[in-house]
Amino acid sequence: MTEARASSYPSNSQVTIVRILWMMITAILALMILFPLLWMVSIAFKTPAESFSANLIPEHPTFDNFKYVLTGVPFLRYMANSFFVSASVTVIALFFHTMAGYALARLRFPGREVIFLAIFSTFLVSLPVIIVPLFVIVRAMGMLNTYAGLIVPAIFNAFGIFLLRQYYLSLPREIEEAAIVDGAGYWRIYWSIILPLSRPIMAALAILFFLANWNAFLWPLTVASKADLWVVQVGIANFKSQYSASWNYMMAASTIVAIPTLVLFIIFQRQIMDSLKTSGLK
Amino acid sequence: MRRHQNKPDQSQPIRPKGLSAKHREWVAGYLFVLPDAIGLLIFLGLPMALSLVLAVFEVNGFGGYRFVGFANFLRMGKDPLFWQAARVTALYAVLLVPLLYVCGLGLALLVQKTNRFNAVMRAMFFAPHMVSLVVVAVVWQFMVVDKIGVINKLTPLLGISGVSFLGDPQFALVTVVFVSLWFLMGFYMLIFLGGLQDIPKEYYEAAKIDGATAYHCFWHITLPLLKPTSFFVLMVSMVAAVAGAQAFDIIYVMTKGGPANSTSVLIVYIYQQAFSFGAFGYAAAMSSVLVVVLMLVTAIFFVMTKGGRFNYD
Repeated sequence: MTEARASSYPSNSQVTIVRILWMMITAILALMILFPLLWMVSIAFKTPAESFSANLIPEHPTFDNFKYVLTGVPFLRYMANSFFVSASVTVIALFFHTMAGYALARLRFPGREVIFLAIFSTFLVSLPVIIVPLFVIVRAMGMLNTYAGLIVPAIFNAFGIFLLRQYYLSLPREIEEAAIVDGAGYWRIYWSIILPLSRPIMAALAILFFLANWNAFLWPLTVASKADLWVVQVGIANFKSQYSASWNYMMAASTIVAIPTLVLFIIFQRQIMDSLKTSGLK
Repeated sequence: MRRHQNKPDQSQPIRPKGLSAKHREWVAGYLFVLPDAIGLLIFLGLPMALSLVLAVFEVNGFGGYRFVGFANFLRMGKDPLFWQAARVTALYAVLLVPLLYVCGLGLALLVQKTNRFNAVMRAMFFAPHMVSLVVVAVVWQFMVVDKIGVINKLTPLLGISGVSFLGDPQFALVTVVFVSLWFLMGFYMLIFLGGLQDIPKEYYEAAKIDGATAYHCFWHITLPLLKPTSFFVLMVSMVAAVAGAQAFDIIYVMTKGGPANSTSVLIVYIYQQAFSFGAFGYAAAMSSVLVVVLMLVTAIFFVMTKGGRFNYD
C-alpha cells in the first residue's frame, strides 16, 4: 500500500478527490460524535431561558451556573474525595501489581502457572455481578462509610497484573543475570532494575487506573452513603435527582466533573490510546 | 550492566542463609505475589464463592440470615420481573454487541492510516470514552429530554417526531443501547486499530499487484487476519453487555430500569432487589447464576486463546 503503487493506477487527481471526500466524512462523523459534549459545555454557559434553544453558541454567556454549582453544593469536597481515592488506589495498585507481575513473569516457583490462571480467571468478572457479596464482606470488615472501604476493594484487579506480566515477559533475560551474578537479592532486582524499566507502562497504567477510579460510580454509591464521603460521580448523580429540571445547573456540574478527565486525555492522549490498543492483545 | 570476568563457575549456585538458590527464588516468588493474591482472594474470589452461599439464605430486615435451601432459585423461576430482566439483558446484548463490532471496526478502518489528521480524528472518536458514565447518562438524558431535547429537533428529518425516547417503553431500550454504543465504540476502535497494525503490509501489496479491489482485500485479507482481535472484541463486549458496569451506570442513572421495566437489565434488577428491598439472598442467587455464566465464558475464552496469549497459528 505504498503511495507510489496506489497512485500508479488511477490518476492523481482522482486519488486526491477520494482522499478529501474520505477526510470530510471522517471529520463530519467526528463532530457528530463530539456533539453531545459540545452541547453540554454550551448549555453550561446558557441562561435557563435559553437552555432549550437550538443554538450551540450561547447568546448571553454566563458563569452563574458554575458559580451556583460550586458554592451551593460541596462539589469541591466531592472532587477532593475523588482525587484522594483515585490517587491512593493508583499508587497502591501499581506497587502490588508490579511485584506480582514481576514474580509471575521472571521468577520460577511451583504453582506459578496455577496462580496466574486463577488471577486470569477473574479477568472478566465485573463488579455488578459480585456487588452484593462484596458489600456483605466489606460491611463485615467494618469498612462501610470509610475511605478504606472506598479504596481497598478497588485496588485489586487482574487487568493490571496481566498487562505488567506481559510486559515483563518481553524483557530480555540477561537483564537480571548480571545482577544475580553480582549477588543482588530479588528485592534489589525488582526495586532497582525492574521498576525503573517499567516506567513507560507504569505511566500508562497510572493514567488508566486514575481515570477508572475518578469515573467509578457503582462501588462508591454502594459503600458510602455519608455525604462527606461522596465522590464526584455520586455527588452529581444525587445533584441530578435534586435539580432534575434545572438543566443549566446540571450541565455546569457535568462540565465540572468531565473536565479533569478530558484535560488528562488531551495531555496524555497518546499514552492512553497506545496502552489500551495493546491491552490484552499480545 | 557490569560483567564480572573472573567470577567462579556460574553453574555453582550462591547459597546465603542456608537456603538453596532454587528455594530462595520460590520464597521470593510467593512473597511478591502475596499482597495481590490475598487482595484478589478477599475482594474477588471470596465474593464469587459467597454469592453461592448467600443464595441459599433469606435475609430479613434486621440482617438475620435464615437457611432456605433452593427457595431463592425457585423464586427466580416464578418471578416475572426476573424473566423480564433476563429478556431485556439478552436484547441489550444482542443489539449492542453486533453494533459495537461493526462501528468499532468501521471507525478503525476510517482512521487506519497513520497521519496527523487521523490522529486527531482518533482522539475525537475516543473522547466520549473519557467522560464518566454518570455524566454521559446525564448529558444524553438532556439530549433526549421528553419530546423537546435537541435530538427531537433533528428526528423530524427522519420522519419521526414527538418521540419520548426515555418515556416510551418502545424506545427506551434502543436509546440506552445507542448511548452505550456512543460511549464504547471509541474503545473498540482502538482495539481494532491494534489488530489492524499487526496485519503485514506485504499481503495488501501482493493483492494489489494481483489486481484485488479494496473490497476483496477487506474480505479476504483484513477480516480473516483480524480473527484474534474479533474474537477478543466479541467476547469482551458480550461480557460488558451482560454484566458490565457501563450498562449498570447508564441504565441506573438514565431510567432506573423503567419505563415499565423496559430497560431493567439483570444487574440493575439485582441491585434494586439487594439495596432497595434488602433481598440479599435473592439478589445473590441471581448474581450466582451470572457468575457461573461468566466463569464458563471466561473458561472458554482462556482455552481458546491458550492462556490469553492470542497467538496466531
